[in-house]
Amino acid sequence: MGSSRGRSLVLFTLSTLLLVSIAGGFQSDELLQDDEEFGLEGGRPAADPALSTPTRPPIRRRPDPDLPSGSPDSKSVQFSLEHQFGGSGFFPAGTFTARLKSWSHGGQTLTKLRFSRNALTEEEKGAFERLLKEDGYYTIRVPSNVLNAPGRDFVISSVRARCIPRESLDEHFIIHTDGVNIVAVNYGSAGACQYPRMLKYPAKWSFTSFTVLKNSEQAPRTPTFAEELLAGEDGLGEGVKPPEKSFWAKYWMYLIPLVFIVLNAMTQAMNMPEEQTAGQSTQAQRTPSTTVRRR
Amino acid sequence: MTIRACLGLMILLLFSSTISTALFEDQVGLADWHQKYIGKVKHAIFHTQKTGRKRVVVSTEENVVASLDLRTGDIFWRHVLGEIDRIDQVDITLGKYVVTLSSGGSILRAWNLPDGQMIWESILQVSAPSKSLLHVPANMNVGKDNLILVFGGSSIHALSSTDGQIVWRKELSTNSLEIQQVFQPHDSDIIYALGFIGSSEFVAYYVNYKTGEVLQQSKASFKSGFCGEASLASDDVIVALDASRTYLVSISFRNGVINFQQIYIPDLIPEFFGKATLLPSKYNGILAVDIASSIVLLRVKGVNELEIIEKIIHPSAISDSLPLSKEQQAFAILQHDESRIHFKVKFDTDLTSEVLKETIQMDGQRGNVEKVFINNYIRTDRTHGFRVLVVMEDHSLLLVQQGEIVWSREDGLASIVDSTTSELPVEKEGVSVAEVEHSLFEWLKGHFLKLKGTLMLASPDEVAAIQAIRLKSFEKNKMTRDHNGFRKLIIVLTRAGKVLALHTGDGRIVWSVLLPVLRKSETCGNPFALNVYQWQVPHHHAMHENPSVLVVGRCGHNFDAPGIFSIVDAYTGKVHNSLVLEHSVRHIMPLPLTDSTEQHLHIVIDNNLHAHLYPKTSDSVKIFLDEMPNIYWYSVEVGKNIIKGYSLEIKGELDMAENVFQPKELWSIVFPSKSETIALTATRKMNEIVHTQAKIIADQDVMYKYISKNILFVATVAPKASGEIGSATPEEAWLYAYLIDTVSGRILHRVAHQGAQGPIHAVVSENWVVYHYFNLRAHRHEMSVIEIYDQSREDNKDVWKLVLGKHNLTTPISSYSKPDVTVKSQSYFFTHSVKSMAVTATAKGITSKQLLIGTIGDQVLALDKRFLDPRRSVNPTQSEKEEGIIPLTDSLPVVPQSYVTHALQVEGLRGIVTTPAKLESTTLVFSYGVDLFFTRIAPSRTYDSLTEDFSYALLLLTIVALVAALLVTWALSEKKELREKWR
Repeated sequence: MGSSRGRSLVLFTLSTLLLVSIAGGFQSDELLQDDEEFGLEGGRPAADPALSTPTRPPIRRRPDPDLPSGSPDSKSVQFSLEHQFGGSGFFPAGTFTARLKSWSHGGQTLTKLRFSRNALTEEEKGAFERLLKEDGYYTIRVPSNVLNAPGRDFVISSVRARCIPRESLDEHFIIHTDGVNIVAVNYGSAGACQYPRMLKYPAKWSFTSFTVLKNSEQAPRTPTFAEELLAGEDGLGEGVKPPEKSFWAKYWMYLIPLVFIVLNAMTQAMNMPEEQTAGQSTQAQRTPSTTVRRR
Repeated sequence: MTIRACLGLMILLLFSSTISTALFEDQVGLADWHQKYIGKVKHAIFHTQKTGRKRVVVSTEENVVASLDLRTGDIFWRHVLGEIDRIDQVDITLGKYVVTLSSGGSILRAWNLPDGQMIWESILQVSAPSKSLLHVPANMNVGKDNLILVFGGSSIHALSSTDGQIVWRKELSTNSLEIQQVFQPHDSDIIYALGFIGSSEFVAYYVNYKTGEVLQQSKASFKSGFCGEASLASDDVIVALDASRTYLVSISFRNGVINFQQIYIPDLIPEFFGKATLLPSKYNGILAVDIASSIVLLRVKGVNELEIIEKIIHPSAISDSLPLSKEQQAFAILQHDESRIHFKVKFDTDLTSEVLKETIQMDGQRGNVEKVFINNYIRTDRTHGFRVLVVMEDHSLLLVQQGEIVWSREDGLASIVDSTTSELPVEKEGVSVAEVEHSLFEWLKGHFLKLKGTLMLASPDEVAAIQAIRLKSFEKNKMTRDHNGFRKLIIVLTRAGKVLALHTGDGRIVWSVLLPVLRKSETCGNPFALNVYQWQVPHHHAMHENPSVLVVGRCGHNFDAPGIFSIVDAYTGKVHNSLVLEHSVRHIMPLPLTDSTEQHLHIVIDNNLHAHLYPKTSDSVKIFLDEMPNIYWYSVEVGKNIIKGYSLEIKGELDMAENVFQPKELWSIVFPSKSETIALTATRKMNEIVHTQAKIIADQDVMYKYISKNILFVATVAPKASGEIGSATPEEAWLYAYLIDTVSGRILHRVAHQGAQGPIHAVVSENWVVYHYFNLRAHRHEMSVIEIYDQSREDNKDVWKLVLGKHNLTTPISSYSKPDVTVKSQSYFFTHSVKSMAVTATAKGITSKQLLIGTIGDQVLALDKRFLDPRRSVNPTQSEKEEGIIPLTDSLPVVPQSYVTHALQVEGLRGIVTTPAKLESTTLVFSYGVDLFFTRIAPSRTYDSLTEDFSYALLLLTIVALVAALLVTWALSEKKELREKWR
C-alpha cells in the first residue's frame, strides 16, 4: 500500500518533470495540480528579473492577483533563501513564494510552493569552485517563520558541495512546515551522493531546483476491535475456509517419488530377463558350495 | 549475504515459535540475583522496646522509610514513597506507630512498627510546600489521645495519633512564615513555636496544645536579617545566624519580650573565617557551630554570654543528644584520624570528661563520617552502653558498638547514576592439581546427585542439597572469563562518587573505590558524578593490560562548571589517573576509534561548544585527524526547542597540547515554541550489532531495513500538555514523533498523534523505534512502533542484476544522498504506565528482540518485539503466519510468565541495562533503582546451548549402557553364529 503510493508519487514526479522540460520556454505560474503536499518547479535563474535582484527581501505580503477575489483567506507570502560558501556570511540566493491558506478552524498552512533562484555571480561561482576543491559544506538557510522573518531563528541545512554538481547544479529542498513555521529544511542533491566524493565540475553553472513542501502526517488511530471480537464470537464455528487446492498442488510431493519408484521398478523389470541367464549360472555355482559348508 | 540472511531468519523462525519463556520455581536465583537497599539515611529513630526486638527506623534520601534490625542490619520492612513524595521527617508515636511527614508537609502517614502496615494517612491542606516540622510530644502519658503537631506553610495541624483525624487546625495568617523550633516545656499545655517571617523578622507563638488557640504572639525585626538557621539553647534563648553567617544572634523571648544580641564570631573564635553553619541539636545550653576547619561547641550561659567548650577538628561529626534522665543528656562525637575513627560519648553535664572512648578501624573507601545517630543500651553490668549508627560519605550505613563495626550496608548502591560492564580476566594456564581434583570430585558428586534427582531417587534432603549446589555454583562465581560470557563485572557509579564492581554471578562487590576527585574539596566545592564509559578495552596486542573505565563528573550543577575525569582499573579499582579539567563538560562522545594502546578516543564538548579530544596524545590526534571530516555531532537545546548539528573544524593552527576543535554549524531544526516542546530524544545504542539488513517477509520477498547509526528519535508535545496527564484536553494535546538523520539534519519521518500526551518513553534499535505515551482520547496508554525501510536497495531483488554485478550492495551509503525510505507504523494500547524501557541486545544480533519494560509496579516485563510489528493485520495470510506475524489485536498482551523479575520488585526502578553475552541466544539484564536486579534472558530460548540442568551423567550412563548392551548382544550373536555353524 505504502510502496505503491510512493511509486505513484515517483511516477508523478517524473511525469511532471517531463512535462516541464518539454514545455521549455513556457513559464507557468500555476502548478499543474492542486497538490498540497507536493509542489515543484524547475526554477530558472534570472527568469524573473524582479525577483533576482540581490536585495535581501523582507517578507512581503500582497494580495495574490491570480486568485479569484472571492477568497480573501488565501494570500501569497515570500521568504528568502540565503546561502553560505564555507566560512563567510550568508547572502541572498533566491526567493520562495507560497500561498498561505487560512482554515476555518484558525490554522494556517502553506501550499503551492514555488522557488526562483538567483543566478550565480562570478564571485559566487568562484566560491563554489573553491568549495568543490576542498570538499567543503554549502550551507543554506531560511527563516523559521515565514510571516515575521526570521522568526526565532534561521533553519539551516548543509550539504557537501561535491554532492550537488551533475549536468547542472541539481538541488533538492524538502521544507517541513507546521502552519506558518518552518521546522526544518532538508537540502541536498537530487539523487544519490557517491562516496568517496569525486571532484567534478558541472557543465552548466546554474541551479536546477526541486522543492517539496511537507506537512506532518497524522498517525493512524489505534485499531479497536470491540465489535469485531463480538462478531468473531458469534461466528466462531464457521471460520474462513482456505481455498481448495488442486489435487496436484496438494500431493505433488508424494506423486513425484511414486513416479520415480514406478519408473525404477519398470526399468528393473525390463532388465530382469536379460540378466536371468547370468544370474542363474552364479546361483548354480553358489548353491552347492553353501550346501557343502552347511554340512 | 542473502543466503546468510535467509539462514538466520530460518533459525529465528524455528526458535521463535514459543512466545514466552517462564521460569520454574526451582530456577529462581539460579541465574538472577536481587539486592535490597534503602539509600542514604537522613533520619534514624531507635526503638528499644522492652520486649527485646531491637530495631531502628530510618528515612532516606531515596524516600524510603524502613525498619532495620539493629543486630544484623537486615530490613524488617520498608516502603518506597517515590520520587515526588519526599520525606521531611520521621518519628514514633504511642510506642507502636512510625509517623512520616512527606511532600512538603502535606502528607502524614502512620505505619505499624512491627510489620510496616499503614495504619492511617492524612492529607493536610498546605498553602505552599515549605519547610515543615513534625512535633510528637514525648512526655505524655500513654493512653491519653496524643496529638501530633505539624507546622508548615504558615499553619499548624493537630492530628490524633490513633486515627489521623485532624483535631484542630490553626492558620497563622502570615505569609512566608518558617517555623524553626517547636518545643513544649515540661508538664505544660503550651507549645512554643519559634520561627522567622521572611528573612528579617523573628516571631514566637504560644499555642494551646489542646485547642490550638494562640495565647500570645510576639514579633520583632532584626535589621541585618537571618540566614534561616536557628538552634534552641534553652527554654527562653534561641541562637540564630545572621544573613552573612558571621554573626551569632542570640534571641531571648521570655514572656513575649524579644531581645536580640549580636556576637561577632571571630571575636569568639579567632581562627574563624568564611561562613558558619549551625548544627541542628537539642542540647541543654550547648550550641554546635560548624566553621570551615572544625566544629565548635559553645555553652550558652546567658543571652550575651557564650563560652567555647571544645573544638573538634574536622573531619568529624557530632550526634543529636540522647536523653538519659531528666537532667542528663549524652551525645557522641566521631573524629577521623587517618584510617581510624575516635568515638567519644559525653554527658552534657560534664563536658570535660568522656563516658566512653573507642577507636575503630575504618575502610578508606568509605570517606568521612557524615551523620551520627546515638543509641544507648544497658550493659550486662547494668551500666550505660552506647552504640552509634554512622552514615558515611559514600552513603553506606554502619553500626558501631564496642569499638567494632557490627554490620555495614552499602546503601550507595541505591543511587546508581550510570553503569557499564567489563570482561573478567582470561583464565590462566597452570591451575594447581589439588584444585582440579577438588573440583573434579565436587563435579562428580554434584552430577551423581543430579542424576539421582533426575531418576527420582533422591530423598528430600538430597533435593535440597541439589538446589543448594545449583545456587552456589562454584562455576558462576569464578573471577575469570567463561566460555558463554555470562560472568562479567558490572561497574556502577553512584551519586556519592563511588565506583563499585559487582560480579554478575552473585552480585557481590568485587572492589569499590570512592573517587578522590569526586569528593568535596577546596578546588571543587560541589562535585557530582555524571557517567562512566569504557576507556580501555584491551584485546589483541594489549592483552596483558587490565581494562579501565572513565568516570566523568562535574564540579557543581551548572553546565559551565569544570569537568572531572578519573580513570579506574576495571579489575582492581585502582585509580590510574584523575584530574579536574580546565573546561566544562556538556557532552561526551566516545568515538569508535582507539589509539595504539587500545584507549578509546573521546570527544568532550564544553559549554562553548568547543571540542576537546582525549586522550591528549599525539598518537590519538593523528588518528583523529584522519577521521575528522566524517565526524558529526548534534546538540539538543531542550529549553530553546532547537536541535543543531555540527561538524568539527580547525581554526588557525592546531595546538597539539590542547587539542581543541571548533564547531561548525551545519543544520538546525527549530520547533515552533507555540506548538511543540521537546519531550524526549532517543538514539540507538552505539554498540548494537545488526545481523542483516535484509528482512525476509512472506512470499520469499525481501525488505531492506534502513539501518543508520545516526538516527535520532525526537518526541515533541504541545506546551500545554507537557504537564501531568489530565492537565490538558485531548483537543489541545498532541505529540509529534520525528526520525532525524543527525549527519545531514534530514527529517526522515514526521508523524503527529492527536490527543496524545507524555510522559514519553522510547527505545530505538535497528530500524525501528517504539515509544510509549498516553492517549487522552482513549484514556489509555499506548505504544507506537515506527519501522523504516530503505527503498534504494529494492532493485537488488532482481537476481539477474545480482549475477551481472549491477547491484549496489557494495556501494557505501552516504547520508547526503537523498534517502528513499518507506515507513510502516502501528499503535497498540498498553495496560501499564512505564518507568523505563530497554531492548535486549545479543552478540551477533540474530536472536529476535524483546522489549524490556519497567512497569509502574517496579517489575521488568519482557515483551516480544513481534507484538509490536507494524505489519500485523487482522487476518494474516498463511505465508504471513509462517513468517510469524501475530494477528492484529488492539492491545498488547501482558503475560504474567513473561515478567523477567518473576516475583520480585526492583523498588524505585530507574534504569534497565542490557549487555550481550558471548552466547548468541542470551542477554544479560541489569536493572537498578533503589534495588538491584540482575538476570539473563534468552528471547528465543537457549537454542545454542544445553540448559544448565542438563544431566551429563545421565547421558554418559546411557552411552555406557548402550555400549554394554552392544557388547553383550555382540557376544550373544557370535555365540549363536558359532552354534549355527556347528549344527
